[in-house]
Amino acid sequence: MKEKLVVIGNGMAGIRAVEELLKIAPDMYDITVFGDEPYGNYNRILLSPVLAGDKTIDDIMLNTLSWYEDNNIKLHVGQRVSEINRIERTVTSEEGIVEEYDRLLIATGSTPFIIPVPGHDKEGVIAFRDIRDVDTMLDATKQYQHATIIGGGLLGLEAANGMMQHGMKVTVVHLVDTLMERQMDTVSGKMLKKSLEEKGMDFRMGAQTAEITGNGRVTGVKFADGSSIATDLVVMAVGIRPNIELAQKAGLHCERGIVVNDTLQTYDPRIYSVGECVQHRGNTYGLVAPLFEMAKVCANHLAQMGIGLYEGSVTSTKLKVTGIDLFSAGDFIGDDDSEEMVMQDASSGLYKKLVIKNNKLVGAVLYGDTKEGAWYFQLMRSGQDICDLRDKLLFGESHLGDSGHGGDHIADMSDDTEVCGCNGVCKGDIVKAITTEGLFTLDEVRAHTKASASCGSCTGLVEQILESTLGSDYETPEAKPLCKCTDMPHEEVRVAIRERKLTSINAVRRSLHWQTEDGCPACRMALNYYVQSAWHNEAQDDPQSRFINERAHANIQKDGRYSVIPRMWGGMTTPDELRAIANVAEKYEIKDVHLTGGQRIGLYGVDKEVLPKIWQDLNNAGMVSGHAYGKAMRTVKTCVGKQWCRFGTQDSTALGIKLEELTWASWMPHKFKLAVSGCPRNCAEATIKDFGVVCVDSGYELHIGGNGGIKVRATDLLCNVNTEAEVLEYCAAFIQFYREDAHYLERTAPWVERIGFSRIEEIVVKDEAKRKHYAQRFLEAQKISQVDPWRERATGGVAAHEFASIKVINN
Amino acid sequence: MSNWIEVGQLEEIPQQGSRIVKTKDYDIAVFRTINDEVFAIKDACPHKQGQLSQGIVHGKKVTCPLHNWTISLESGEALGPDEGCTNVFVAKVENGLVSIELV
Ligand code: SRM
Ligand SMILES: Cc1cc2nc3c(=O)[nH]c(=O)nc-3n(C[C@H](O)[C@H](O)[C@H](O)COP(=O)(O)OP(=O)(O)OC[C@H]3O[C@@H](n4cnc5c(N)ncnc54)[C@H](O)[C@@H]3O)c2cc1C
Ligand code: SF4
Ligand code: FES
Repeated sequence: MKEKLVVIGNGMAGIRAVEELLKIAPDMYDITVFGDEPYGNYNRILLSPVLAGDKTIDDIMLNTLSWYEDNNIKLHVGQRVSEINRIERTVTSEEGIVEEYDRLLIATGSTPFIIPVPGHDKEGVIAFRDIRDVDTMLDATKQYQHATIIGGGLLGLEAANGMMQHGMKVTVVHLVDTLMERQMDTVSGKMLKKSLEEKGMDFRMGAQTAEITGNGRVTGVKFADGSSIATDLVVMAVGIRPNIELAQKAGLHCERGIVVNDTLQTYDPRIYSVGECVQHRGNTYGLVAPLFEMAKVCANHLAQMGIGLYEGSVTSTKLKVTGIDLFSAGDFIGDDDSEEMVMQDASSGLYKKLVIKNNKLVGAVLYGDTKEGAWYFQLMRSGQDICDLRDKLLFGESHLGDSGHGGDHIADMSDDTEVCGCNGVCKGDIVKAITTEGLFTLDEVRAHTKASASCGSCTGLVEQILESTLGSDYETPEAKPLCKCTDMPHEEVRVAIRERKLTSINAVRRSLHWQTEDGCPACRMALNYYVQSAWHNEAQDDPQSRFINERAHANIQKDGRYSVIPRMWGGMTTPDELRAIANVAEKYEIKDVHLTGGQRIGLYGVDKEVLPKIWQDLNNAGMVSGHAYGKAMRTVKTCVGKQWCRFGTQDSTALGIKLEELTWASWMPHKFKLAVSGCPRNCAEATIKDFGVVCVDSGYELHIGGNGGIKVRATDLLCNVNTEAEVLEYCAAFIQFYREDAHYLERTAPWVERIGFSRIEEIVVKDEAKRKHYAQRFLEAQKISQVDPWRERATGGVAAHEFASIKVINN
Repeated sequence: MSNWIEVGQLEEIPQQGSRIVKTKDYDIAVFRTINDEVFAIKDACPHKQGQLSQGIVHGKKVTCPLHNWTISLESGEALGPDEGCTNVFVAKVENGLVSIELV
C-alpha cells in the first residue's frame, strides 16, 4: 500500500513541494491537501498587480482544481485543519474531516500582524494577504475616496499604489523616517518617497498609530501625537507572523516559527514543514525564492532520495510598482568591517550602493536602474572573490565587455521587442508565458518559449524579464545542479569522479545516485568529458554521449549534410594542400568552398556517407581533421610576423605552428582558440582568443580568457615570458588547468570571470611547481589524444556503422 | 496489409544509438535504447525536419541534433511544451533480428 502524505496549507510553498515530489517520485504517496482558502493554488505575489488592475484572478492561478484531479491529489478546499494528532497520526478539520498520514507537511504560511490599537477590529480595517483582502479593497475603491495604509514596507507601498490606480486618495503611515527600511538605506528610501509623492501618494512619516476611530465602520486614524486624519479604509501592512498555532498545539517545537533542520523536518521526524511558517537556523523568510528552495529539498527527502540539504538563503527584493525600479539584497547597511561603494546621481534619479566585506559582495541597493541586480545577486550568493572586479564592479556586468546584447531597460521595452534573436521570441511572448503558464524559472521559460535556449546570449535579459514580471528573484539555489538528473553541481561531481575514481558515465550515475536511468543529453556530454579529463589513461570514450558533430567528426548542417574543414597549421598552407582540396571539391561536387573565419578552408554540403572518402583523399595529401566541429582546440591564427612584416618582432607564424602541434586534437570543456600576433598591432586578433600571444621586442605577452562570439571579451594579460619554450609550457599549463577546472560548456572567458584571474595567475604564473605539474599532465594526455580521427575512420575501420545506413529498401 | 521488413541484427545498432533504413520516399531511424528496446520512427523532426537518427538517445526519447527538441520514441510526439509529431513504425526483435512493419 502507498504511504499517505497529508499537506496542510494549499499555498505557494506547500504545493511547490508537492510539484517537486511529483517530478521525482510520482507514484510514491497518496496525497491529500487541506487549504482553508476556497480556491486552487494561486500566485500570492501577483495579488499586487491584481489590485492595481494589471491582472485578473484567473491570470494568477497556478494550479486549478483540475490539476489536483489529474494528479490524483485529494483536495479539501475551504477546510481549515484544527488539530494534528501525532499519536494516531491524523489531522482533523474544523468541519470534522479526518485524514490519516504517514508523513505530514505543514505549510501554513503566515498571518498578517494587526496592531492591537483600539478600533483595530472595526469594519473597513483589513490586511493585504489573500484574494479576499483584494476583493475588499477593490469594493472599497468603488464606494469610497480615501484609504490609509499603515506600514511603508514593500507590501504597504504595493497596496497603496494599487489603490491609487483606482483613483483613491492614499495616505501611507510609517513609523520610522525611511520607507522600506528593511530593504533601503536612507538615501534610496528618500528617493523612493520622492518618486511616490510625484505619483500623488501622501505620507505620514514617523507617525505612531494610536487609535482607529469610527462608529462601526472606520472613519479616521488618530496618532500618538494627537493629530488625526479621516479615512474610509485602513490596510494594515506592518508585518507578518509565521502561522505556528496548529504546530504549537500539536506540541511541535516552535520559536518564532516552526523549527526545522536542514532536511526541513520538525522535531517529529514524520512531520515536515516548509514556507513562511518555518524557522530554519534562526531565520524566517517572507519571500518565495527561499521557500521554493526549501520545497525542493523537502521533496527530495519525502521521496527518500536523501540527498540535498537546505542551508539557508540570501534574499533579494524588488518593488512591483510600475515606473519605479528598486532592488535590494543582503546586508546593505554594513558595519565597521565592511566598505561601501556608492554612485549617486540625484537629478537622473539613480543610486547604487554596494557593501563589501572580506573582498566579497554582501549587500546591494539599486534605485532607478536595476538591470545589474541579477548579477550582483549572483555574486553575493556564490561568494565570489571580487578583487579582480573591483574597479568595474560599480558600473556593472555590462561594463565587463558585453557588446550589443543586454543593456535595455526592461520596463521601457515594448512587447514586440525581439529578445531572443535565435528563436525570434519577443518580450511580450515571454511575459505572456510567465503569467499564463505560471512560470518561475529560467529553465521553464526556455522550455515554453525557447527564449535563450539556443546561443544563450539573451539569458540575462530573459532573467530580467522574469524578475520584472514576477517582482522578485526566484531562481537558483546557490550552486545550480549539473542537470535535472541530479542535485549535485558540476564541482561536486568532478571531485567525486576524482576521489572515487569513477572512470565511466555509468559508474558516476551509480555512485552519485542519478535520478534517471541513462541520463539526459546535458549530463551525458558533461560526464563523458569529465571522466576522460580526470582519467585520460583509463576512461573509455562513450560516442553515444557525444553530440553528433563529435561523433561524426564533422559539423551537421541544417539540411543534414556535413562540412569538412582540414587543419592548416598556423594558418599556413601549400600548393599541394590547395590542390588536394581543389581535387576533393571537384571529385565530390562540393558546391561551396569557403575561407573560414579561422584561417582555413571549409567544404560545405557533404553527404555523411562520403565523409570517410573525402578524409582519405585529404589524409593522402598529409592533412588531418581541423576539429572545427568539437568542444576542442580549434585553430591557431597567426600573422606573417618577423619573416615578412616590417614591424614583426618575433617569428609569430612558426610559434603558431608549434602551438598548434602542441595542442591539436585536445578535447576541452568548450571550443578553444589560439592566436599569435607578431607585434602589438595584433593582426591575428590574439586578444580575443582563449590563449593569445602578442610578440614584443623583449619576448612574448601571454593573454588569456578572450573570445569574439556572442559576448565579446578581451583577454587579460597573464604575464610576459622570454622564450618560445616558456610560451609552450605556460600554454600547456593554462589549458590543462582550464580542462580540469571549468564546467562543461564553460568557455575560458566566463570561467576566468567566475573563478577570478588571480587564481589562474597563482597557478600558472606564480607557482612553478604547479605550472610544471599541469603542463606535464597535458603532455601525457596529448600522447593518447593526438591521433587523427579522420584517418581512424577513413582507413582504420573505426565506427563504420556511423557512416552507412543499415538497410536500403528500393521498392 | 502488414509488411514486415528485416532490417538487420540488433548488434548492428549501437545501444543508445540508431541506424537509418532508407526507403524510396524517406528515411526511417531505428533506435536501440540502453535496455535493448527497439523503436522506429520517421527520420524527420517535427520541428524543421532534423535527422533524429543523429540525436542523443536517452530513456525512450531522442533529442534532435538541430534545436534540441525531445521526441518520444514510443509515440513520435514532441515532449514538453513543444508540439508536433512524426510517424511511428512498429518494430520488433526476434532472435537478435530487428524488423519493422511498413504500412
Ligand atoms: C565555419 C565557420 C564559419 C566560416 O565558414 O567561416 C564557423 C561556423 C560555425 N560556428 Fe563559428 N565558425 C567559424 C569561426 C568562428 C569565429 C572566428 C574565429 O575563430 O576567429 C568565431 C568568433 C571567435 C570566437 O570563437 O571567439 C566564431 C564564433 C562562434 C560561436 C560563439 C562562441 C562564443 O564563445 O561566443 C559559436 C556558438 C558556439 O560555439 O556555441 C559558433 C558556432 C558555429 C557553428 C559550429 C554553429 C553550429 O553549431 O552549427 C557553425 C557551423 C557552420 C556549419 O554549418 O558548419 N561560432 N566562429 C568558422 C570556422 C573557423 C574554423 O576554421 O574552424
Ligand atoms: C500582496 C503580496 C505581495 C507579495 N509580493 C512578493 C514578491 O514580490 N516577492 C516575493 O518573493 N514574495 C512576495 N510575497 C510573499 C509571498 O507571497 C509569500 O512568501 C508566499 O506566498 C508564502 O508561501 P507559503 O506557502 O509559506 O504561505 P501561503 O502562500 O500563505 O500559503 C499558506 C496557505 O495555508 C493556508 N492555511 C493556513 N493555515 C491553515 C490550516 N490550519 N488549514 C488549512 N489551510 C491553512 C493559508 O490560508 C494559505 O492559503 C507577497 C505577498 C503578498 C501578500
Ligand atoms: S556560421 Fe556562425 S555566425 Fe554564421 S549563422 Fe552559423 S553560427 Fe551564426
Ligand atoms: S529540427 Fe529538430 S529541433 Fe529543430
